Amino acid sequence: MNPPPAARNRRVVAPPLLSNKQQESEVGQVPGTPILEVKNISKRFPGTQALAGVSLSVSPGSIHAVVGENGAGKSTLMNVIAGVYQPDEGAVVIDGAEARIENPYDAQKLGVGFVHQEIALCQHLTVAENIFMSTINDSNQLIMNMNGYYRRAAELLSAFGADIRPRQRVSELTISQQQVVEIAKALSMNCRLIILDEPTAALTEAETEALFSIVHRLVKTGIGVLYISHRMREVFENCDTITILRDGKLIDTVHTAETTTSAVVDKMVGRALSELYPPKLSAEPDEGEVLLEIRNLASHGDFRGVSFRLHRGEILGLFGLMGAGRSEIAKTICGLQERTAGEVLVHGTAVRIASYPDAISHGMVYLTEDRKTEGLFLPMSLKHNISAIDLRSISARALINSKKESTRASGYISLLGIRATGIQQKVASLSGGNQQKVLIGKLLSVEPRILFMDEPTRGIDVGAKSEIHKLLRDLARKGVGIVVISSELPEIIGLCDRVLVMHQGTSTGIMKGREITEEAVIRRASGI
Amino acid sequence: MESGHTTPPADNGAGLARRTWGRLSRFREGTLILTIIGICILMSFLSPYFLTPDNLRTTILSFAINGIVVIGMTIVMVNGGIDLSVGSVMALIGAVAGRLYQSGVSIWIAAPIALVMGALLGLFNGFFITRVGLSPFITTLAMLSIARGAAFVVTQGIPLSLYSMPDSFKAIGRGDVAGVPVVIGIFIIFVILADFLMRRSTILRRVVYTGSSEKAALFSGINVRAVKMGVYILSSFLAGLGGILSIARFATATPYFASGLELQAISACVIGGASLAGGDGTIIGSVFGIALLAIITTSMILLNVSVYWQDLVSGLILLTAVSIDYFTHSKGK
Repeated sequence: MNPPPAARNRRVVAPPLLSNKQQESEVGQVPGTPILEVKNISKRFPGTQALAGVSLSVSPGSIHAVVGENGAGKSTLMNVIAGVYQPDEGAVVIDGAEARIENPYDAQKLGVGFVHQEIALCQHLTVAENIFMSTINDSNQLIMNMNGYYRRAAELLSAFGADIRPRQRVSELTISQQQVVEIAKALSMNCRLIILDEPTAALTEAETEALFSIVHRLVKTGIGVLYISHRMREVFENCDTITILRDGKLIDTVHTAETTTSAVVDKMVGRALSELYPPKLSAEPDEGEVLLEIRNLASHGDFRGVSFRLHRGEILGLFGLMGAGRSEIAKTICGLQERTAGEVLVHGTAVRIASYPDAISHGMVYLTEDRKTEGLFLPMSLKHNISAIDLRSISARALINSKKESTRASGYISLLGIRATGIQQKVASLSGGNQQKVLIGKLLSVEPRILFMDEPTRGIDVGAKSEIHKLLRDLARKGVGIVVISSELPEIIGLCDRVLVMHQGTSTGIMKGREITEEAVIRRASGI
Repeated sequence: MESGHTTPPADNGAGLARRTWGRLSRFREGTLILTIIGICILMSFLSPYFLTPDNLRTTILSFAINGIVVIGMTIVMVNGGIDLSVGSVMALIGAVAGRLYQSGVSIWIAAPIALVMGALLGLFNGFFITRVGLSPFITTLAMLSIARGAAFVVTQGIPLSLYSMPDSFKAIGRGDVAGVPVVIGIFIIFVILADFLMRRSTILRRVVYTGSSEKAALFSGINVRAVKMGVYILSSFLAGLGGILSIARFATATPYFASGLELQAISACVIGGASLAGGDGTIIGSVFGIALLAIITTSMILLNVSVYWQDLVSGLILLTAVSIDYFTHSKGK
């Protein structure tokens, strides 16, 4: 029933780059000399061998992907290249010469720019002040020549074709624009190699597209890009070469054109993932009992006139491009955002939901797309995180029964297969996939009948991803109605029984069964 | 699955002692207790008077009332906020009760009225913080000034003499029950109650969640506004209670009473392990924090160190405590 992985990876969104890939650069290095060579790097941390003899090389004008599950050593490798860590063994060679990179500053001097997953800009300062932060720091002028910086920032930014003004405050920019500023900042130091660490984790489809068109423009000038991602489709659409790491070891380096997604995924996880998605509902999804009915729902400018029904046991996908209003629909239904029109019916009766606790009392819960800031209590224990939504059932007369609390938390650890040292472990130290499972455990503690899952597998590794898919299907089989919001089209297509597509705040139709194809979904999402 | 904190198998006393020591030094409160014990041992050699019941009593009395205020401050800080107004509120509530008494109202009626007013000042703080959206720092800084100003207005700048209050009321501040000063008794009851509720009650757990991550609390269905409102009401109420206990003890209400208490209370909380970022801190820790500060003060008095040194030393202790904590606990996490 699922399309084979290769078919799912047809280019549907990003423009193909390819034509300029082999173009010789005019920036002065000998063609063929890699910008960066990593030779037999090993790095050991107490208790783990983070990297064991890893080598790779990046040619000018190419995009080189580094993929692997969480803990595979991608970040350690990047941190070695960027001078954050010193390798125990091995060498980093830049432009053919062995480089001593003792700190991030050295790396910058050698032309290595590192754009971290988390944006690290000064939100209150202007774009130009951010771009030239280290230039200003190095400068021995007492008075800053701001006009000069504004002019140079404008020159840098013009190359990106992005609508960013040097005098704008960074806080006014979208996340993708901020990422562009990060890249411009790296370029301002004449960097020749840019490391992009999961740059699209926080981006919508459209923003991702914009970012890649900029990256493609950059590599045409001879810059090399090291691209780290979980998202196979982006890797296959944009990268020339893929290096696969697993458990700190180099598994393979392949040319994108000569491999398939499933081959790469198999190498990442070290086993064949035969079924990527659990089997769908065999019955007609829209014939079951109606759990939730939405009539003409609207919220401010975000979306309007949205109607749909959610049935017992089905997984309904909610897809749309940036600004389509997907998350906002779920938040509005759950009372996390104001409803300006429309009705919400639970089990056929209209209900008033003024706040999230109202929604919870009707058996509806919302999994946030922003795990770190809206989901987790990072410094707190796994046990306390799981309890946060429902203290009532583990307490009597407003006093918490800590035995009940522990038992419940342990129950979710085994039910969800959370890999942790125990219920006392701080969630900050868990991997992304396990953190996500903790959040899911928290939601399940209220025994919801209706689940809204906003980007349930964003930024987590392939193994945990398919475990969560399976979990969602199991919940559906037990009669829960699930709405899955995702930016990943393969996930929507592979997991959902029906798909509601949004375009600029309005619904452009609901599809089911064989109607759900990439072309159909994309066409509706683009409003064609 | 178990957490690793299972009950150990039965064994001998030496093992127990070793484990207790290990546990003590692992927790913030443990380090503090060890420090306090260390100072007491040292002081007992330096001054024969130090370990006498009289000195013990004086020392605990010196921080018992402020300790009640520290409980409120801890809860505010665990919630991720700060309350700079506690010292001023304490002075104002004492002054209001005193003024009402002087104008002919029974102190037994005046005191509860003043306490309600204390809670209302907290409501006022909470309103500006949760509804208007001002930062707790700014809001309570304003309240610090407003309440202090009001205390001067109420007393017209002159300490109110309240010696004519009935002895039964003054006994709250000065009396003993079974050899224990009433104030200390009240303080200990509050500490035990607050510490228990902090660990076990759903309401204070919500305070911790909100302090740990306000957004995550919101997305867990916690009524964040109500929680925040509650902690400021509680903090002002406890400060007001401190004010009432103080007038019972000293039989005067002075407008400049307890100035600077807010900073002492914050220091105590931080020494006890509370974080300015919220989500962290325990009642016991903060109480040991203020106890440590009080013991140092007493020690300096006994050692005939000029009183002018006290603030200087308190500041150094704050820095030392926080640095030690940083290197032993936070680093490497």
